[in-house]
Amino acid sequence: MSEVEIIGTPERTVSRRKFIMGVIATGATTSSVGYLFRGSQPLLGAMAVQGSVERLVTLNVNDQQRRVDVLNQETLAMTLRYKLGLTGTKLGCDRAECGACTVLIDGVASYACSVLTQSVRGKQITTIEGLEGADGSLHPVQQGVFDEGGFQCAFCAPGFIMSMVAMIEENPNPTRQEAAQALSGNLCRCCDYEKILNSALRGAEYARRQA
Amino acid sequence: MAEKLIGQDISPPDLVAKITGRAKYSEDFRADGMIFAKLLLSPMPHCRVLRIDASAALAMEGVFGMLTADDVPAVDAPGEPCLTNEPLYEGEAILAIAAVDETTAAEAIELIQIDYEPLPFVLNPLDSLHPDGPNGRLEGNTRVGREIKTIKWTQEDFDIAGPEKMPMGEPSDEWTVGDIEKGFSEAKVILDETVVHQSLTHHPMEPRSTMAYWKNGKIYMHTSTQSVSRTRAALANMLDLDLEDVVLVGEFCGGGFGSKISGSPIMQVPAHLSRKLNRPVMLRITRYEENYLGRARPGMQARIKIGFREDGRITALDIYALGDGGPYGTNDHMSGGSTASLAYQPLNQRQRGVGVYTNTPPKAAQRGPGGAQYIGMLEPLMDKAARELGIDRLDLRRINAPDGNSVFGPRQGGLTSVHVKEAIEKGVELFGWNERIQRSGQLNGTKKTGIGLAVSPYTAGSTGFDGLLVIRPDGKLQIHQGIGNLGTHSIADTGRAAADVLGLQWKDCEIVWGDTSRHLPWSSVQAGSQTTFAHTRANHAAGMDAKRKLQQIAALDLGGSPSDYETSDGRVFHRSNPSRGMSLGAAAERAISLGGTYSGAEPAEDLNDMTKMAVRGLEGKGLVVAARDNYPREGAIQSWVVGFAEVEVDVETGQVDLINYTGVADVGTVLHPRSLRAQGLGGSIQGMGIAMSQKWVFDPVWGVSFANRLYTARPPGMLDVPLDMDWAAVEIPDPQNPVGAKGIGEPPVGAGSAALTSAIADALDGRCLCRTPLTADVILAEIEGLEPAYGPLDLHV
Repeated sequence: MSEVEIIGTPERTVSRRKFIMGVIATGATTSSVGYLFRGSQPLLGAMAVQGSVERLVTLNVNDQQRRVDVLNQETLAMTLRYKLGLTGTKLGCDRAECGACTVLIDGVASYACSVLTQSVRGKQITTIEGLEGADGSLHPVQQGVFDEGGFQCAFCAPGFIMSMVAMIEENPNPTRQEAAQALSGNLCRCCDYEKILNSALRGAEYARRQA
Repeated sequence: MAEKLIGQDISPPDLVAKITGRAKYSEDFRADGMIFAKLLLSPMPHCRVLRIDASAALAMEGVFGMLTADDVPAVDAPGEPCLTNEPLYEGEAILAIAAVDETTAAEAIELIQIDYEPLPFVLNPLDSLHPDGPNGRLEGNTRVGREIKTIKWTQEDFDIAGPEKMPMGEPSDEWTVGDIEKGFSEAKVILDETVVHQSLTHHPMEPRSTMAYWKNGKIYMHTSTQSVSRTRAALANMLDLDLEDVVLVGEFCGGGFGSKISGSPIMQVPAHLSRKLNRPVMLRITRYEENYLGRARPGMQARIKIGFREDGRITALDIYALGDGGPYGTNDHMSGGSTASLAYQPLNQRQRGVGVYTNTPPKAAQRGPGGAQYIGMLEPLMDKAARELGIDRLDLRRINAPDGNSVFGPRQGGLTSVHVKEAIEKGVELFGWNERIQRSGQLNGTKKTGIGLAVSPYTAGSTGFDGLLVIRPDGKLQIHQGIGNLGTHSIADTGRAAADVLGLQWKDCEIVWGDTSRHLPWSSVQAGSQTTFAHTRANHAAGMDAKRKLQQIAALDLGGSPSDYETSDGRVFHRSNPSRGMSLGAAAERAISLGGTYSGAEPAEDLNDMTKMAVRGLEGKGLVVAARDNYPREGAIQSWVVGFAEVEVDVETGQVDLINYTGVADVGTVLHPRSLRAQGLGGSIQGMGIAMSQKWVFDPVWGVSFANRLYTARPPGMLDVPLDMDWAAVEIPDPQNPVGAKGIGEPPVGAGSAALTSAIADALDGRCLCRTPLTADVILAEIEGLEPAYGPLDLHV
């Protein structure tokens, strides 16, 4: 046995009732921001009391209106992943370094890890899950990726694909250099950049054909 | 007859899931009542935890409990525990708190008060070898055999070397082939260089998150791992459970590169917490935590002495390498010597080294472990020697490259196949070496062109694993794979060996992988470029066994002898009268009724126990066939990548632009051309990250890291690599693999790294910088003739 003195054990057991009360009290299911905003409990409480923003908000995600309970400091990535079940948006870095969490906000590619959910009320949010057609057909960009066999581990793939979709909205016929610029906010650690660029250009070609 | 699948571009079966967001990685799983864990990481590089006051944290609403080192099995030194009361590096996990959500858990962590006793720490192996230097561990500073010992060099050792050269005191490991002194006496040109290779974090895109829960005495683990069957075995061992009681789901792994070979120690935390609190527990690892817990390539300091005969042949290679083994002593400093022996075929060689414990994040194999560092350190020296000898750089490689009769390493073993010379020639043509080399040293405005090359071998296979197939009553072939799925496409591509034996089309094959409840065979680790060789053999063996059994079933029902029958296009039929036959589906039905070795009731004796368990689990599902790879093999399996690079170095800023990179591989038969190219170029670009950007920076006073995120230790992004890249393979089959294939994962890394440093040195008129990464400041200091801001042996700068 260790000689470390541990104070606080045996643990308090949390009854089911208390657990539920806890959820109601904090409104939390989860958030990534613990390390970003190390709010102490009283501060969080104070914010809740201030009530400057409503917690129960309506988000437009993939053309659906979703009612969701959101903390003030909650990021869009955490809301999508842990409250709306949209786990296609990946968390690779939590800090706008890798682009794995890229989604479209009113058509603009954005890092969902670094956007507060409260700030996107009334905006159109598109995630990787929202790209396929109603009949299940792949988006032209997804088809381009598929035909080029794009990505290896593919953890970065949803983010890259969202950036590709945003790119072709702005520039339907990019050169290889322009595509590289447009996608440079996304990181692929397998470094499958050649195939990703091939995929992006193929996707753009399919989208032009469909337009 | 169905067209052979090997050699075709076939999209892997999981691609749609990956590009639609449906692919579930470990952090994408949810379970009823799931709670969230957060880790408390050590703020110091080495300390002792004296007292933990968790009372305020545990009193918080929504906090369920805590797991400390006292709650988890102790691990004998120098093994790595999942939680510790004696952290050996900044960022090591001390305890975990579980709460209703991650925010609450993180807040609870903030409320914990810990009294620490700081202990001595060391960041640079050389400091630990000083007569009065600190040790990274209380037990010692190195490992000799199985024991932790302390090695200190004498002051005289340091004085002899002086400040510019690496000292060479008592080694802990050593091997010699030939007579090193005689070798140097025959040399015309001798280089004696001190080289530094950095440590760098793997940083796979997916951090090593895990979700675990217990149900009916079994643990269900969703964890990010490179290998599935092997991680299941590791978990059973770590958690002291029977194999049957571990269900591992790891269908997708967001990259590992050696850092998640059998999972990782931290995956035990949610397993233990879940057992303690009786709830599913999610441990999401953040990028910041991944920097510490996520493994790194061991850096090295080396003294390299090479002697060359007038004709360029290497007569002697004498390497003394210090390995930065981190706190748990994973090191590459000796294994790289074998790679050097293979690549350059020195007539005489001595390899010495010491692996030193340091209080830096733990090390692990990283793509091309040892080989990538050694090729990275040695190739620029080859260029330097070529200049001094007046020999063409290509010729110097040609002269020293191995051929089919070559041996290498301390045991002087042979090879299954080697075609590096063909790869060099193919690369010369594809890259356009003869045209590009004309631009070497040309100044265009402020940009100076450099041309580089590198020859990089690495181990590319293993043997003796099991293949497991089911031919189902609907006529489909199920290929069960216990290897992992981190994007190499091995799960699908190695299965083609079985399909081709049976003459099946790919649409009639289904891959079963990633979920141990679906009956997976014993497999190689998905690491060390092993699976291509190991599992084409295993699947081929199983395919042959399936074919034999189909022939037996056909002969039994339709008469004649089994050898009269052939399999193709979903049927087993008589060779002389193809209409006399049956569908594979009918044969599968027959196998079920026959039982015994046909239905899975009696697995073959020589199979691994895990495979036998899987076979029995599949009993009655069709013709169930499992076979061990008993094919003979003689010699080491080694693949090669020859890399070529053109760069432009801005002489006013030190900035390097990559103009072109071309790689050519000797990997035997190509299974999947597009995937091979992606592995080759992707691995090469990872090597470029070694050459150009990725590093650690530590505060030498407090021993804490500054470069602990992606932006401070940045891997190559899309704009850091050339838009213009090319790739080819020599495509000469390896005779010791029934389909001729060898692995590809490892060797491109050294090729990419060293081709780039070679090209940069070429742009600098052949000046070898003997250090990686070559960031702009390092290059500019060299161009301007400035005194570098650090000593030649300094690390983490």
